Amino acid sequence: MAALTGGLAPKSYVSRAWWALSIACLVAVIGILFAIFAFVLARGVPALKPQLFFTPTHGIAGGLSNAIEGTLMLVLIGLVMVIVVGLGTAVWTVEFAPPWGKKVIRFMVDVLAGIPSIVVGYFLYVALVEEAGWGFSLIAGSLALAIFMLPYVVRAADVALTNVPSALKEGAVALGARPAMVVASINFPFALPGILTGVLVATGIGLGETAPLIYTAGWSNYAPTLAPTHSPVDYLTYVVWTYISQPFEESHQLAYAAAALLMIFVFLTNLLARSFVEYKFGGNRQQ
Amino acid sequence: MAAINLSIRDAARAASPAALQRSGSQAALRIITGLAALVSFAIIFLMLFFLIAYAYPAIRFNGLAFFSSPIWNIGNQYGSGVTTRNGFSGPPGASFGALVFIYGSVVTALGTMVIAVPLSMMVALGLVYRVPRRIRPLANALVELMAGVPSVVYGLWGLVVLVPWIGGVLAPWVTKHLGAIPFFGGSAGSGNGFAAAVFILALMVIPIMVATTRDVILAQSASLFEASMALGSTSWQAMTWVVVPSVRKGIVASVLLAFGRALGETMAVLMVCGAAINTFPQNFFSPVNTIAAVIVSQLESALTDATGMAQRSLAELACVLFIITLLVNVIARSIMRGADRREGTKA
Repeated sequence: MAALTGGLAPKSYVSRAWWALSIACLVAVIGILFAIFAFVLARGVPALKPQLFFTPTHGIAGGLSNAIEGTLMLVLIGLVMVIVVGLGTAVWTVEFAPPWGKKVIRFMVDVLAGIPSIVVGYFLYVALVEEAGWGFSLIAGSLALAIFMLPYVVRAADVALTNVPSALKEGAVALGARPAMVVASINFPFALPGILTGVLVATGIGLGETAPLIYTAGWSNYAPTLAPTHSPVDYLTYVVWTYISQPFEESHQLAYAAAALLMIFVFLTNLLARSFVEYKFGGNRQQ
Repeated sequence: MAAINLSIRDAARAASPAALQRSGSQAALRIITGLAALVSFAIIFLMLFFLIAYAYPAIRFNGLAFFSSPIWNIGNQYGSGVTTRNGFSGPPGASFGALVFIYGSVVTALGTMVIAVPLSMMVALGLVYRVPRRIRPLANALVELMAGVPSVVYGLWGLVVLVPWIGGVLAPWVTKHLGAIPFFGGSAGSGNGFAAAVFILALMVIPIMVATTRDVILAQSASLFEASMALGSTSWQAMTWVVVPSVRKGIVASVLLAFGRALGETMAVLMVCGAAINTFPQNFFSPVNTIAAVIVSQLESALTDATGMAQRSLAELACVLFIITLLVNVIARSIMRGADRREGTKA
């Protein structure tokens, strides 16, 4: 047909039209999302004044120092829990689990990743804040974040540890290394980039969470203390959520500044995570 | 891969009798890591049982009215006495009906999918086949970056830009000119409501769905596409009639995962949904409310309930959301596992 008419077959035009639509969708989606980020950064970055980092919030205005400290404390303590439990889980899954065990753990971790954040938050509120009587606290807040970050670390460590060449492990065992030594000196160093990527992605997730913290970490206008219980902890996402609904310009400025700071944190962790992985983009699929 | 990749245990067995004698330290490592692996189970089951146990008085007090009544009213907090139903007491005049919130969660998540699924498919296909190789890593990085942006940032934009635009421009225009179409007419509202919630949720799930769909398509071998092209189909036909159907299970799973995400999303929805109580949405611009959003917005008033029944009813809501999302996720993951085996993809 194409040969007879000398031009493209009609179906080729249809194909081109569909691809054009596909690219239009791509551009539209990226454009809208870009507009959102540009808007938040354009409002937030000018509001990021140096004194924000040294003054705590008070009432409707002030700075962000308490929220920044609190966010970092919650995420760091959550990360410590997640790294211990997550790496343990991954080592067991890769090295010791029977085939059904591998399947069950991977399935459970996937399911855990899908549980809504507010359900985790409400569970910890009822269990720790109310029933255990710990009040709004650092422990409850970091546990909430840890539950969220766990799947990201386990998945990354699982993949990274699975890819450790078995010849290396066998060599170590043949030389007389104990299992714990093999894990510490062969598995972990080899899998480190993959594990770090997972930890950084998890950090980004933890930094941006709000719902699980509202009723676990609480909120106060004072710098967070290291007390594990009975002492509320401040965090940046809370500032964004509540201060934008206040009728004052100073509060709005603070909300924009907190949002910009969050986005910068998340972009940085994402970039850092990316620098540890070599991405394969399926170059042979281009036709 | 599994056959080649021996575990330490296998290697130790194969190595030497001396290695086997050291199995003491192996057992210790095995037990410690095994305990760590139990944690994710423990979290899921503890959460489920604890929430159900805590909500039990509310489940008995509310009965089936929880699922059939649209009225959420924590009752009279200043009167004397309590209402007792099925042996459990709540405030006088209290009615904990969750129908509005359950309905709201389901319709907003469905509405989100109506917008997000076609868009995500088009974007994923374009990303795999049409974006020039040189800028592809950049496009991929952007998609992943977007999936990581905190939901309060989307909520902030929704509140400051989207809601005023819907309330001031879109809704008045649509209700005036397209009002004859069902759900398009009626009150234009303030901008807070179904349309804003669905739009924000769609923007949030699109990057996730694009990433998973892209991975599913990329994992499928190129030979199907090439064979289809060799038989004379256009690249679009090869894509939509051969490649996409061959990975349909992976795509269905990724859509379900995004649906679960939309059901459970809290902050962005909370900020733009209009927090409807005791009323169903009348049109696309009416206020709605979702289970996740109402748990946050109602806890403060629930705390004033001296009988604690309002708080337990919120726990019942959390159970409902938990069970719905658990089901959606388990189904999605099962489909994905099945797809791994039968379609040979690595989703």
